[in-house]
Amino acid sequence: MSNSKIERVQGRACVLHGNDIDTDRIIPARFMKVVTFDGLGEHAFADDRKQAKGDHPLDREAFQGAQILIVGKNFGCGSSREHAPQALMRWGFHAFVGESFAEIFAGNCAALGVPLLVLSHADNTRLMDSVEADPAQQVTLDVARATLRYRDGEIQGKIAPGMQRQLLDGSWDGVAVLQTAGAAIEKTANALPYASNYAK
Amino acid sequence: MRRVTGCEARANKPPMSTKPQSLLKKHLLKKVWDAHTVCELPSGQTQLFIGLHLIHEVTSPQAFAMLRERKLGVRFPKRTFATVDHIIPTDSQIRPFQDVLAEAMMVELEKNCREHGITLFDPASGQQGVVHVIGPELGLTHPGMTIACGDSHTSTHGAFGAVAFGIGTSQVRDVLATGCLAMEPLKVRRIAIDGKLGRGVYAKDAILAVIRRLGVKGGVGFAYEYAGSTIEAMSMEERMTVCNMSIEGGARVGYVNPDETTFEYLRGRRYAPQGEAFERARAWWQSMASDAGASYDDEFALDAKAIAPSVTWGINPEQNLGIDEKLPSPQDVADEARASIEEALAYMQFKPGQSIEGTPINVAFIGSCTNGRISDLREAAAVAKHGKVASGIRTFVVPGSRAVAEQAEKEGLPEIFRAAGFTWREPGCSMCLAMNPDQLVGDEICASSSNRNFKGRQGSPTGRTLLMSPAMVAAAAIRGKVTDVREILG
Repeated sequence: MSNSKIERVQGRACVLHGNDIDTDRIIPARFMKVVTFDGLGEHAFADDRKQAKGDHPLDREAFQGAQILIVGKNFGCGSSREHAPQALMRWGFHAFVGESFAEIFAGNCAALGVPLLVLSHADNTRLMDSVEADPAQQVTLDVARATLRYRDGEIQGKIAPGMQRQLLDGSWDGVAVLQTAGAAIEKTANALPYASNYAK
Repeated sequence: MRRVTGCEARANKPPMSTKPQSLLKKHLLKKVWDAHTVCELPSGQTQLFIGLHLIHEVTSPQAFAMLRERKLGVRFPKRTFATVDHIIPTDSQIRPFQDVLAEAMMVELEKNCREHGITLFDPASGQQGVVHVIGPELGLTHPGMTIACGDSHTSTHGAFGAVAFGIGTSQVRDVLATGCLAMEPLKVRRIAIDGKLGRGVYAKDAILAVIRRLGVKGGVGFAYEYAGSTIEAMSMEERMTVCNMSIEGGARVGYVNPDETTFEYLRGRRYAPQGEAFERARAWWQSMASDAGASYDDEFALDAKAIAPSVTWGINPEQNLGIDEKLPSPQDVADEARASIEEALAYMQFKPGQSIEGTPINVAFIGSCTNGRISDLREAAAVAKHGKVASGIRTFVVPGSRAVAEQAEKEGLPEIFRAAGFTWREPGCSMCLAMNPDQLVGDEICASSSNRNFKGRQGSPTGRTLLMSPAMVAAAAIRGKVTDVREILG
C-alpha cells in the first residue's frame, strides 16, 4: 500500500506570529480525552482563540479557508501529541512554513504527509508581511524544489531531505515502507542480546 | 517517478553524522543506532528496530484503530507494555471512573491490550503508574536498547544508556505493526557537568540550568549525552530527572552512559536478567557506553557550583532563574528576545526586575515523570517536616507509581505529608498536564515539580506554573510563597 505523492500545496496562507508555540497551545490536553482524531479541528488553539476574542489569526475573516500556516521559530515544541498536527490539518492546513520546527512535531507531520518548509528569518518576515498585507494572494509550496511562490516572488527554503523524498515518492506511510524489510526486522531483533534475555 | 520502496532498495549505509567519526571510538548513540539498524531507507532515513514499546491510554487508541482498518496485528507484542497514567483520577481509582471520557479511554486500552496480547499494568496489577516511572522500576528499561513511547518524556529512559524518544500516534501505529521506525539521523552534544551540587540544589536544578543556557530549541537535531562528575555521582532517579527534561531543551533524546550505578539499580528487578544472564547483560551494557575519546558534534560544559535552586518565571522552561535573581526586563535584550519576555511577563502578570523569591502561590504539586519517584518524595518530606502548609494553599502529593506509593508508605512519608497538611493522592500524571480532575482554576499560581510551564498546561487557560524541585515546592507550600529551600533546611 502506498500513499499519494505530495508535490505541492497551493492556496491562501494564514500568519501566526510568535516563537516556541507548544502543542499544549495548539490543542489543550482536555480535548485529548477522545479515542479518535475526528472533531479535533474545531479545538485548534482553543484557549488562545478564546482569549483573543475573535482576533486570533485562525478566526480572522481574511484567513478563512487558508491552506498554509506561516509560523515563527520552534513551532510545535513540547508534548509529542499528534493531536496537534491532526487538529491543524482538520482545521484546513496542509502545509506549514516557518523558521524552525520542533523535532517530534516534524516527525508527526511527515507521517501525515504534511510538508514543513523552513525559511530564513528575513524571508519568513517578508512573507508574513506580504500575506498580512494581502491575505487573498495565492501561495504555492513546491516540495521538489523546496520553494514558496507568493505575490512578491519566489523564496528558496529547505525541507528535511527524508521528508522531501517521502512526500515526493508517496512513501510517507510508515507502515508500508517499514514492512518491506520483511524478515530483516526479526533478524535485527534476534541479534540483540536482550531479545533472548541475555541467554547467550 | 520513483517506485515506493523500503528496505531492499539500498544496501549501503551512509554515515550517521556529518562529522567524520573515528573507526574505533564511538559514542553510545552510534553504537545503539548501529545495533538496531535494519537498513537505510531510500528516503535517507534509518529503519530502526525498537526494543521496547511503551503505550498508554491517550496516544494509542487511534493507532490501534489504524491497525484494525488495515487488518494488521502487533508484530512484537512481548516487547510492548501498557499502563494507564494520563487520565487516571488520583482521588479514587475505583472503576468505572467518574469521568465518562476517561472511563471510555481506559476501556479502549484494556480492549486493545487483550486483543493483541499486550501486558497491561492497570491499577489491579499493583504495578500501575506513570509510564516513565514504571518502565525503569520494573526493569523493562535496559542500557543499549531503543525505546519509543507516544509521549515526549520517553527521554527519561535515557538515564540507563538507552536511546529513548517520544513519538506521535502514527508512529505508535508503525511500531505496533512493524517493530520499527523511520528515523532521521541525530547529532550528539556532550554536556559535561562537573563538581558537587550545593545544599538544596537537585537534579531538577541542574537540568533547568542546562535548558536556561542552551535554550528550548538548542537541542533540536541533537541527542544530549550528559556526562561529568556531577552526573556520575547522581543516583538513577536523579539521572532520570535530568534525561526527562531533555525534550524541554529541544533534544528528543538524552542519555547517560551506563555504569555501576545503572547495573546495581537493575539487579533483581522483575524484568531484568537474573543470575549468569545478568553478568552477560552487564558486559554488553558496559560495551555500549561511549568510548573515551569518541568525537561529538558539539560539547558544552557547566560548573555544578554555578547552579542555584531554580524556578521558572515565564511560559517555557528556558525562562528560569536562580532563586536569588531578578526577572529580566524586555529593554535589556535584543529585539527578538524582547517579544518572548513581554509575552511571558504579560501572561504571568509579573513585572520586569521583580524577585521570583517571595512570589505568592495558590497550589503546590509534587509528582510527575520528572519528580514523582521515591527519592523526590523523601526530599519533599524532609522539608515538609519543618512546618505546615500555609493557609489557603491547595496541595497534591502524587506518587509516580503504585510501587513508589507502597515504598513511601513503608517509610511513613504519607503521614509526614498529612501531618504537615498536604494531601496524599493515588499514582498518575495528575496536575502535570491536568487531563484528570486535578487542575488549576483561573489564574492560580502553582509551584510544581513537573516539566512544563506552558500557557494553560495545568488545566486552566490562564493558570500559571512555576517549575522547581520537589523540595522547593514543599518549601513554597509551607511559606505560601516561593522560598529558598536552603533557609528551611538550615
